[in-house]
Amino acid sequence: MSLISALARMEAVESGRAQPLATVRHRHVSARPLVLVPLTTAGEAGAPLGALVGTDADEPRLLVVTQPRDRDLRFSFLADLAEEVLPYVDSFTDVVEAAERSEVDPETGKKVKVEVELCADAPQLIVPSRAGIEYVRLLGRSTRFRRTAEQDPETPFPAPPRVPLLGRWLTHYGDRARVPGSSLLLAATDLLNRHWATGQSSLEDQHLGALLAWLDPRDGESGPEGALRAEVGRDERGQLLCPPAGPATDPAFDNRLLAPAIERYDRARLALGAAEDGEAADAGLGELHRAEREVRRLVASQLKPTWDAVWRALGLLRELPEGARVEDRWTRDRWSFTGHRDRVVAGEPPQPRQDDVIAAASKLANRERAQGQLEAQEALDDPLVLAGRRLAGEAFAAEVAEVTMAWTESKRPAPRPLLTVRTEDRPHLAEKAKVFRSLDGKPQAAEFVRYEEDGSLVLRLLDRMGRSKEPAAGSVPEKGERIAWTLFEHEQRVGPKLPEPEETPWTHGGPPRTDAVELPDAVTPEDVL
Amino acid sequence: MAELRGPGTAPRALDARALAALAANPGCRRRALLDGAGVDKAALASKLGSPAPFGQSQFAIMRGNSFEAKVKADGGRELLRLLGIEEPGAVSLPDLAAAGPQGRTARTALALREATGAGAWALLDHPLLALEVAGSPVYLEPDAVVVSPDGRWTVVEIKSFPMIDGAADASKVGAAARQSAVYVLALERMAAVTEGATVAHSVLLVCPKDFSNVPTASVVDVRKQRSVTRRQLARLTRIEEIADALPEGTTFDVAGCSAAELTEAVESVPHAYAPECLAACELAFHCRARAREAGAVETLGRAVRGELGGLTTVGAVLAAARGEAGDPDDPAVAALRRARALRQEALDRASALSEEASACH
Amino acid sequence: MTIPEPRFDPSAEAGRATDGILADTLHGTSRGVVVDSPPGAGKSTLVVRAALELAAAGRPLMVVAQTNAQVDDLVLRLAEKEPGLEVGRLHSSDSDAYDKALDDLANVRKSAKPGELTGLPVVLSTSAKWAHVKNVEPWAHAIVDEAYQMRSDALLAVAGLFERALFVGDPGQLDPFSVVGAEQWAGLSYDPSASAVSTLLAHNPELPQHRLPVSWRLPASAAPLVSDAFYPYTPFRSGTGPGDRKLSFTVASDGSGPDRVLDEAAESGWGLLELPARTTPRTDPEAVGAVALVVRRLLDRGGAAVSERSETPVPLTPDRIAVGTAHRDQAAAVRAALAGLGVTGVTVDTANRLQGREYDVTVVLHPLSGRPDATAFHLETGRLCVLASRHRHACVVVCRAGVTELLDEHPSTEPVQLGAAVSFPDGWEAMMSTWDTWSQHRVPWSP
Repeated sequence: MSLISALARMEAVESGRAQPLATVRHRHVSARPLVLVPLTTAGEAGAPLGALVGTDADEPRLLVVTQPRDRDLRFSFLADLAEEVLPYVDSFTDVVEAAERSEVDPETGKKVKVEVELCADAPQLIVPSRAGIEYVRLLGRSTRFRRTAEQDPETPFPAPPRVPLLGRWLTHYGDRARVPGSSLLLAATDLLNRHWATGQSSLEDQHLGALLAWLDPRDGESGPEGALRAEVGRDERGQLLCPPAGPATDPAFDNRLLAPAIERYDRARLALGAAEDGEAADAGLGELHRAEREVRRLVASQLKPTWDAVWRALGLLRELPEGARVEDRWTRDRWSFTGHRDRVVAGEPPQPRQDDVIAAASKLANRERAQGQLEAQEALDDPLVLAGRRLAGEAFAAEVAEVTMAWTESKRPAPRPLLTVRTEDRPHLAEKAKVFRSLDGKPQAAEFVRYEEDGSLVLRLLDRMGRSKEPAAGSVPEKGERIAWTLFEHEQRVGPKLPEPEETPWTHGGPPRTDAVELPDAVTPEDVL
Repeated sequence: MAELRGPGTAPRALDARALAALAANPGCRRRALLDGAGVDKAALASKLGSPAPFGQSQFAIMRGNSFEAKVKADGGRELLRLLGIEEPGAVSLPDLAAAGPQGRTARTALALREATGAGAWALLDHPLLALEVAGSPVYLEPDAVVVSPDGRWTVVEIKSFPMIDGAADASKVGAAARQSAVYVLALERMAAVTEGATVAHSVLLVCPKDFSNVPTASVVDVRKQRSVTRRQLARLTRIEEIADALPEGTTFDVAGCSAAELTEAVESVPHAYAPECLAACELAFHCRARAREAGAVETLGRAVRGELGGLTTVGAVLAAARGEAGDPDDPAVAALRRARALRQEALDRASALSEEASACH
Repeated sequence: MTIPEPRFDPSAEAGRATDGILADTLHGTSRGVVVDSPPGAGKSTLVVRAALELAAAGRPLMVVAQTNAQVDDLVLRLAEKEPGLEVGRLHSSDSDAYDKALDDLANVRKSAKPGELTGLPVVLSTSAKWAHVKNVEPWAHAIVDEAYQMRSDALLAVAGLFERALFVGDPGQLDPFSVVGAEQWAGLSYDPSASAVSTLLAHNPELPQHRLPVSWRLPASAAPLVSDAFYPYTPFRSGTGPGDRKLSFTVASDGSGPDRVLDEAAESGWGLLELPARTTPRTDPEAVGAVALVVRRLLDRGGAAVSERSETPVPLTPDRIAVGTAHRDQAAAVRAALAGLGVTGVTVDTANRLQGREYDVTVVLHPLSGRPDATAFHLETGRLCVLASRHRHACVVVCRAGVTELLDEHPSTEPVQLGAAVSFPDGWEAMMSTWDTWSQHRVPWSP
């Protein structure tokens, strides 16, 4: 942890309130995000228990699996989820703007610009916590290989029509969430923790209720008091006052409330099945509905506080002004969304279970570039982030004390002015180290020349001064100007092009087999009651 | 040790949670003493007013039991298939039932000896092993041990978290590996006195495959965990020293002492609270409250300490940062002052900017 | 372990290993050959020799190294050994892309464009630059240097450029890493964040693997410890015997801690200067000061070294001394402290930057000195291995007391990825075993 954020945490301890870690918002927050609060059944992967989902804080859609081990109910949950998520996704696919992309012309092998569509906006999915992001991946993995009756009339348990497509989108979002700085799928806890420091540890910060107690306290309650209540406070029935943000439920809830309610539901189903006359069937049906309503009520009671908490978190974030370069990253997210839209439209198969050699390497390279980009952009957007880099010796703020004009020694001399600058910061400058400042949003480079006797630095400005002998107006800093310089580059270089999958070299196992198709997951008898 | 636990209280086994707590915080003397003496920390924590938040859902327990039954079905053949043995011949399933832990461990030892001499496959279902820790036996119960015809003993650990596309939650696999490593250590002591026996340094981890209830398995090399745990258990023997430093008559007898007495007893042993304890130790909430009262910087995470040098409390750090205390020549103090100045400068600048912005509107 | 094997002839052993490597490289049928080289085992010599023999056999050769400094160093060595050989140095288009010393070499052609270097018998560059080379006729052979420090994805980007390759590297040094999480691929044979060699061998387990068995750098006092602690399954020996290297001082000890630890190190090869236990920030002024003072005394006392290279004592000059630290700010603090004592010309750097370098005497600020806790970074075996294996004569470790307790209290909650190879040795174990040895050479701090 950097000293500056450690200090912020300690100030939070002292004041009992969260303290800022950022002065602008570093993530895109959509005007119309889709919030998803999922719950799952303990001990079983891919057995959802329920969810609240929707784009309106006041009108969540409640989805509940009354008996999580019933395959039909599970499928109808997934079908309902698809009916909430996919229309939302679809509402972004058709609104496009014209954009350019450089592609390699297959005939000439040269790079050419092609006109393509770029979706003007993209769907944004918000879940309560990191476990929620993991659960989105799990849902994606469990549904994208399902077969519908249309795809495969022979399949013993056909999935509802749109479920595999839901799986592909959730998979794409889950994967994109691993790209640093991406905002397509975000956890509310991550959003809050990026922007504020609490007086507790980062482990405790994963609890959304406790986190909000520091950030948005109830009247008169201090951060630690509220957080403790959120963590362990229970009512007279032993239930948590602040249910976990999921997808796991509290064991006390499972054992004391949910299990009896599901048992009642099971009994009602059996009774209904065994009904021998119309009257008994009517009574059985009534009892089944009551039992079902009770399970729904219980699941909703666990989901609703978290649902409200996520929207509170979004409200807090919206109060921060957006960082200047957040839009640039959101544009990359829009490209990512558009790209996946195109793959779906083109009829490509679902994402494979495992990345192949090339896909893994190129994803890693993209994420490393995104990480570099994010670190640079956040520092350029936010003086508080820059302060951390200055403390680490990776940036410095300096006042220009003197400008001496100088030129290269070539036939057509180009300007290379020397700047003498004064700073209180202590950058780790090696000989000839390059430093950068932002000039009209673009980086301008200089190199470190020497230290003067009085401790000031001499820098040689290297570029962005135009083509003539005299530097372009405004391209050379003036005496007295205060400028932030960074030792890191502002933009990331494009990495090398990797081979095509069919050209995978022998060192990495050669080209992948082309006859391998992704089969749907095996069906287990335990899935059905 | 029995005095510390209280008369008539059976010692708690060194279960998975105790092992996890040991791994998470081997340097905590309070945890070492309580676990070493076999004190029921969950009961103790409740009595201290900070009950442990651990519990298990009955859904998970049911699912886990049905899965384990499935793994052990077919006279052990399913499990051997997971080990890669398709044609095991006759598989012996010795009866390990006996009275009391001593009886069960003796029965297990006998079964292991017989199976090793028999030169055939054998599956020991829930054997009971004993490992001497801090001078007293600790009982351990692996899910299963497989004996191969060449006398090799392999620990089998059955877990209910899934292996999806060959991968599983790495922190859960890590915990399973540490747990299994203890079984390997206990088996090694027995193998040393059993002719022809060896103990595999890899264990078989069995989990549900993907989203199904079908078992799948992965071989996990536990050599590292074994050597680490061996050292940590060796260190546990020092709990005698910790106990010797206690005031005369100190006891953690949960049934026989008042909350105030227990609090005093617990406070007489130093803790080494870190946030990682919350997921592993029943007493964590109690210790956290104490650490917060003392203003310990560790409450914010172990990593916070790295650059603070000798400053150990939040108050001391803030005073040093504000220039109210501390030696300016201490690099930690100097760095804190720079950090605070830079932070303040940035916040001031941001608020000036936002005032400007609101003035424009 | 301690039984002396009579007539162990290091030159013959090393020669046999080299012959085997060259035979497999020049005449073998495998597409790849892997060579593990412990510290100072003659890796560069091997690379130069293999390059010359491949060139002599008329096989177009590309050489892949990981940093520009490594590439330039190989170019200089090739030119020194075979001035007539035409060598291409492919470099980036940045300014200062290569060492200006290359400009003085008549047969070294330098270019940022691979097209301008075609037809040369040997072309050398970094893996990063090679990765951008496209649409060229593949080279018949490649030598990949520092292959254990190269990432799998970097090899992927260049492997299409050659038919066959010799992979050379030191498995004990710092592993490559990624600045973003790569856990999702852990356990895959082609995990892009793993080392190039692990991917290569996972897919081609039949490739011949050799190792250089003799360290010519490490003295007889250091090789057993470094071998046991960092290369438990691939041991090596020192090329020199116990009496072959000697470090002596013309000025007698003044009885201070630094002088006594220097005497201990001169006598036994290791010295541990232990400061009182205290939790300190990274740039602990006392420890940094102690490091600087040890270096100052080393120079003041007129240190001189006798070795198989020279029977007459060679004065220990600043360029033969290095200080190694874990962190950059520690290196900066030591440099400032040395400047304060009027010492110039001594190399002070982090483990990362000392990889591949060699000195007569090193002074190491122990990674765990004064720390409140051990972290994965500080426990990384490669880091400690680099710091403990740069010296030809002696190594002085400066540290605060309390390392054993620190290691005892280190939590062991590492996650385990299914299918991922377990790397040995464990950082914790290596820390413990080196500490046990160094503790036998302990000198308490006194001014």
